[in-house]
Amino acid sequence: MELSGAQIVVQSLKDEGVEYIFGYPGGAVLHLYDAIFQQDDVKHILVRHEQGATHAADGYARATGKPGVVLVTSGPGATNAVTGIATAYMDSIPMVVISGQVPSPVIGSDAFQEVDMIGISRPCVKHNFLVKDVTQLAETIKKAFYVATTGRPGPVVVDVPKDMTDPRIKVPYKYPKNVVMRSYNPSISGHKGQIKKAVELLLTAHKPIIYSGGGVVLGEASKELTEFTQTLGYPITNTLMGLGAYPATDKQFIGMLGMHGTYEANMAMHESDVIIAIGARFDDRVTGKLDQFCPYATVIHIDVDPASISKTVKVDIPIVGEVKPVLEQMLELIKDSKKKPDKKALEAWWNQIEQWRSVKCLEFDRGSRLIKPQYVIEQLYEVTKGDAYVTSDVGQHQMWAAQYYHFDKPRRWINSGGLGTMGFGLPAAIGVKLAFPDADVACVTGEASIQMCIQELSTALQYKTPVKIINLNNRYMGMVRQWQEFSYESRYSHSYLDTLPEFVKLAEAYGHVGMRIDKPEEVRSALEEAFALKDRTVFLDIITDRTENVYPMIEAGKGHHDMKLRVALGTSTDRELA
Amino acid sequence: MRHIISILMENESGALSRVAGLFSARGYNIESLTVAPTEDASLSRMTLVTRGNEDIIEQITKQLNKLIDVVKLIDLADSAHIERELMMIKIKTTEHTRHEVRSMANIFRGRILDVTPTSYVVEMTGPSEKLDAFVAAIDSDTIIEVARSGPTGISRGEKGLRL
Repeated sequence: MELSGAQIVVQSLKDEGVEYIFGYPGGAVLHLYDAIFQQDDVKHILVRHEQGATHAADGYARATGKPGVVLVTSGPGATNAVTGIATAYMDSIPMVVISGQVPSPVIGSDAFQEVDMIGISRPCVKHNFLVKDVTQLAETIKKAFYVATTGRPGPVVVDVPKDMTDPRIKVPYKYPKNVVMRSYNPSISGHKGQIKKAVELLLTAHKPIIYSGGGVVLGEASKELTEFTQTLGYPITNTLMGLGAYPATDKQFIGMLGMHGTYEANMAMHESDVIIAIGARFDDRVTGKLDQFCPYATVIHIDVDPASISKTVKVDIPIVGEVKPVLEQMLELIKDSKKKPDKKALEAWWNQIEQWRSVKCLEFDRGSRLIKPQYVIEQLYEVTKGDAYVTSDVGQHQMWAAQYYHFDKPRRWINSGGLGTMGFGLPAAIGVKLAFPDADVACVTGEASIQMCIQELSTALQYKTPVKIINLNNRYMGMVRQWQEFSYESRYSHSYLDTLPEFVKLAEAYGHVGMRIDKPEEVRSALEEAFALKDRTVFLDIITDRTENVYPMIEAGKGHHDMKLRVALGTSTDRELA
Repeated sequence: MRHIISILMENESGALSRVAGLFSARGYNIESLTVAPTEDASLSRMTLVTRGNEDIIEQITKQLNKLIDVVKLIDLADSAHIERELMMIKIKTTEHTRHEVRSMANIFRGRILDVTPTSYVVEMTGPSEKLDAFVAAIDSDTIIEVARSGPTGISRGEKGLRL
């Protein structure tokens, strides 16, 4: 079969099993768009800004486990995509981004819409390719998918100069079934001796804790993690990225850990004698001050990326491998072992944890006449029966969603954890809804974040992706304001938004349903009404208590045992902000 | 501590910038870096001198290994090895100083590559410290320019860095 470069790209995507590509046309990709026009197998979703394309593809990837695919033009198309690529990179999300490039002969001449995409994207991709020969195009795309989806996943950019897609030049096409790269061999199985040592240590622990992260979600090891945890009977905490990998409603789950983690999770980490980190990377938002991190613990770490091990926290028993097979092997050893967890010690440990739990660190003022953002998330959880896909933007609302929506399944909680990208939530929700048209999809956001990619409301209309936007509107960049309150004597420098649009009218202008809710008693019914409107995108502008802070909080430079608690500071509402 | 890391990598455009970019992005320092294709034209060998404590060097080697273009690498400092650097140094000479420069070059086993009425170019190879010593032994006012390759190295014995 002889095809042009443009046809090769489209046919390769089809042979790769790609369902959707998210993109935006432009000069350098016109040949490609012409090839897309002439087929129906790969569906193209036209976004309104290339950042939206990457986030939508990212949301699709996080919800399905399949790679997200993006197509953008050269120059500004490519640079606009960079934020979304970096977002995917930080959270290890499989993504293939095809960027147009000016024709090969003019590369380097500062041609119209030319930018060195290989250079610009290099620090935020797993790998990138510049296509220099049309006969290599199919193999390059295969390699891109292979690299993006194996080992520790990540985004891969394929930069395609316009002449590589010239419809007049046809070459033989064959999509390779497999590719071998001598320089890339993602390690898969963990070292048996290390696994054995880890199990022995785990079974002698008196105050053990399981700390698992996004790697369990990415590695599809939720079932194994759950069985492993329940067999041992140990407490488990999840990172922000790992929520849902273990059912949050189970009694062994002690909440998220880290900067806004629960009191019980952070205290248990601090006091533990053995930590097993599974697909988590000891991020600074998790560890707090490093020299105070888990002072009494021996650390086991399972990760597919050797560079994650001992990067920030020194690990005693490293295991490099995919979490799923490693957990399976550990489970087998635990079951076969004559040694069992020390019942007495474990009972004492759980008693201690229950004491920390009784602090009820997530309690808030339920009698307030203002809408408490936590209450909105609780109601969202109830109305959607805990079974929605929840995307979020970045800030206070993100933390409340993580704390108060109890995720029982993996891939339901979709947020930008590593890069912390405002503007992520809405396009990500569109990507999720395309993947699961029948599921409830909520985008929990704030009035600052939503405005960073609000143009995608138009995409939501065009492709009929009825998502529910829960806008926790406190008229502030809430998290910035909170830090300014705690660390800058309440000097609220540029964190107040005093010229907000009327979101209801804005939603209506985009062809959607808008609702404004400003009384606590209206929240439940508004959510029910919104989710009952199955085929409409609904924007719920919920006016919340502008003084509310996220608790608990470990301030920068403090250890896990040094948390700011709401209970200590009172649950008073409607404070006057200085 | 000083480490010499030898890297075999795909001989592709952009491979060098991936390594250089990694060092600047993660704040590691590069003292020197030399690179050239190997006997297998599809591979380049890069030799990189860096400094750092054990933890940093461990991270550097892990991060380098993570680069898709890197096929294999070793830290030469881990075992017995030989290192050599090439230097070409251009020195101002006069009738009176010429003899002294020549004999100094002889002592250091250097070779004179170029002679003009007013200058010598001396070629010298050796461990970096030897080249430093030669530079220090020459009157600094007479040095016109110094071109050094940065060290490259190879392990002792029959084992080698190869596919």
